[in-house]
Amino acid sequence: MNRSLRPLLATTLIFLLAYLLAVTQQPAMLSTRVLGNFLTDNAFLGIAAVGMTFVILSGGIDLSVGAVIGFTTVLIAVLIMWLDLHPLLAFAIALGVATGFGAVMGAAIHYLRVPSFIVTLAGMFLARGGASVLSPDSIGIDHAFYKVIQKSYVLLPGGGRLTVVGMIMLAVFAVAILLAHRTRFGSNVYALGGSETSAALMGVPVARTTIGIYALSGFLAGLSGVVFSLYTSAGYSLNALGVELDAIAAVVIGGTLLTGGYGFVAGTFIGVMLQGLVQTYIVFDGTLSSWWTKIVVGALLFMFILLQRLVFRAGPRRT
Amino acid sequence: MTRQTVDLRPNGQPPVPRPRPVAQVLMRPQVIALAAVLGVNWLLFPGFFSITWQDGRLFGSLIDVLNRGAPVAILAIGMTMVIATKGVDLSVGAVMAISGAVAATLVSAGVSAPVAVLAALAAGLLCGLWNGVLVTVLEIQPIIATLVLMVAGRGVAQLITEGTIVTFSDPVLIFIGTGAFLGLPMPVVIALVLMVAATLIVRRTALGLLIEAVGVNRSAARFAGLSAGAFLVAVYAFAGVCAAIAGLIVAGDIRGADANNAGLWLELDAILAVVIGGTSLLGGRFSIPMAVLGAIIIQAMNTGILISGFSPEFNLVVKAAVIVAILILQSPHAALLVRRLRGLQSGAGK
Repeated sequence: MNRSLRPLLATTLIFLLAYLLAVTQQPAMLSTRVLGNFLTDNAFLGIAAVGMTFVILSGGIDLSVGAVIGFTTVLIAVLIMWLDLHPLLAFAIALGVATGFGAVMGAAIHYLRVPSFIVTLAGMFLARGGASVLSPDSIGIDHAFYKVIQKSYVLLPGGGRLTVVGMIMLAVFAVAILLAHRTRFGSNVYALGGSETSAALMGVPVARTTIGIYALSGFLAGLSGVVFSLYTSAGYSLNALGVELDAIAAVVIGGTLLTGGYGFVAGTFIGVMLQGLVQTYIVFDGTLSSWWTKIVVGALLFMFILLQRLVFRAGPRRT
Repeated sequence: MTRQTVDLRPNGQPPVPRPRPVAQVLMRPQVIALAAVLGVNWLLFPGFFSITWQDGRLFGSLIDVLNRGAPVAILAIGMTMVIATKGVDLSVGAVMAISGAVAATLVSAGVSAPVAVLAALAAGLLCGLWNGVLVTVLEIQPIIATLVLMVAGRGVAQLITEGTIVTFSDPVLIFIGTGAFLGLPMPVVIALVLMVAATLIVRRTALGLLIEAVGVNRSAARFAGLSAGAFLVAVYAFAGVCAAIAGLIVAGDIRGADANNAGLWLELDAILAVVIGGTSLLGGRFSIPMAVLGAIIIQAMNTGILISGFSPEFNLVVKAAVIVAILILQSPHAALLVRRLRGLQSGAGK
């Protein structure tokens, strides 16, 4: 068997086992309704996690994701409710701002030669602060377009609902898989994560790729903000607090190597679903308190990191 | 052996810094920045520097800045050492919540206060050891290794307090958070003692040099005969204990343990304090007193924004601006520019 596929396979297997275990405890969980809700409830996390996958594949990290989601929801709410723009125009503006924000962070990381950790930390402060300067209070969005979107869904066999939000996430994953594995940009991201020096010597445009990666992460965080806005019909500066951590956890659980250069976008999808499964199970059970989610996600994170170390024991070590 | 490893230092300074002239210390950018922030505060609020003596302790805005800044300063002391080894500890906020939860739960169960305090410190030590083992034995990147505890830690703290805010009226724990010693608030005294002790231990022995050696190049340090792994574990354990102390202070201050909010996002403030203090995120050169000064600068900015009537959220924008300014100043391009301006040959810069 292809050795490099092992972590992805392990993740898939663990997800299936966990789902099976959950179903034996709570038979009601085996339905397309639950699956449909999985997709809807985790759509914003999934979209943000795709951006994080590219960043981690390139050997970096993006801590600004949650803050950019929060900022986007506030910006959209302000544009729609205060300036009376059409939601689609507001979405376009918000996506543009988020992409530009990511591109600037990428440029700072490349040209100032500072760790992505600290640049995106500044980005996180700036986006959260900017959001609360725009509006410290939550702004409800009341618009006909939102109601139409929220009410449209595709009925799955078994009564499950595939909502627009869920479809956006699936589409993002599909495009991202093609982008990562079938385009030059994707190959450049992997090369950069393997070794920046070697990538530069091979002729990979390091500056353009780095800026592109963080712009992509910013764009997807913005899109995640759009989805969050559709999901909650509100803009609030403290929305999506700590989502960057959930996204990083999803990426790691999905089998992407933290040192960069190795991983699959599809794995991230399973990572997101596994986190959703833990949450749904705890809701179904009813007797477990919500803090168990944090502990279980932490334990999963640890388990997968351990797994990666075992699989890559013989591989290259970090310096 | 320590004399032989001098060459590991990037700038070739002698391992024990000689006492510098006062003027040179006062010209440090951090000191100038603090003076500027305090000056702005004084312009906004003319009574800023007035300090009064009442009920056997000092009162005043300046004392308040020190008191409120103490938890982050204590975190920054531990974080400085971790960052000097090229690592980072994201879990300190969660460890604060755990230590507060342990102390509060034990005290309200009737355990005597000293035992509860020791148990809380032991919990911090244990968390730090866990991080250290993950970083050294399993060779996981520090950001991710400590992320595990950052995610799971708050859950553990909530498990200990069973999801409630455990309040207590134990005089010893409350004294740690709000008491006064020689007129100074207890948190300030603890931070001061910890800073002086840590600085002396690190600078008067070879320890600081060895930590820098591990941070600059771990493999080289190992080849030079250092047990780099043991050092790393010890450094993370120290950061865990510092976080536990900060957690006790915060719990004593509000007379309760709030697993959700105790120390929330303080890890980022602590990292910021260390960066303001001039410690390189790439490992190596570090300074504990400067990191503490960084924590005081952050708190002085917080206080300034509060008394000037801006919303507290505005703080985040200011912090972001500060980070950007530091990054630009520290970047190789800025160094190149400075060198050019001074008219020196700029062959070495990149």
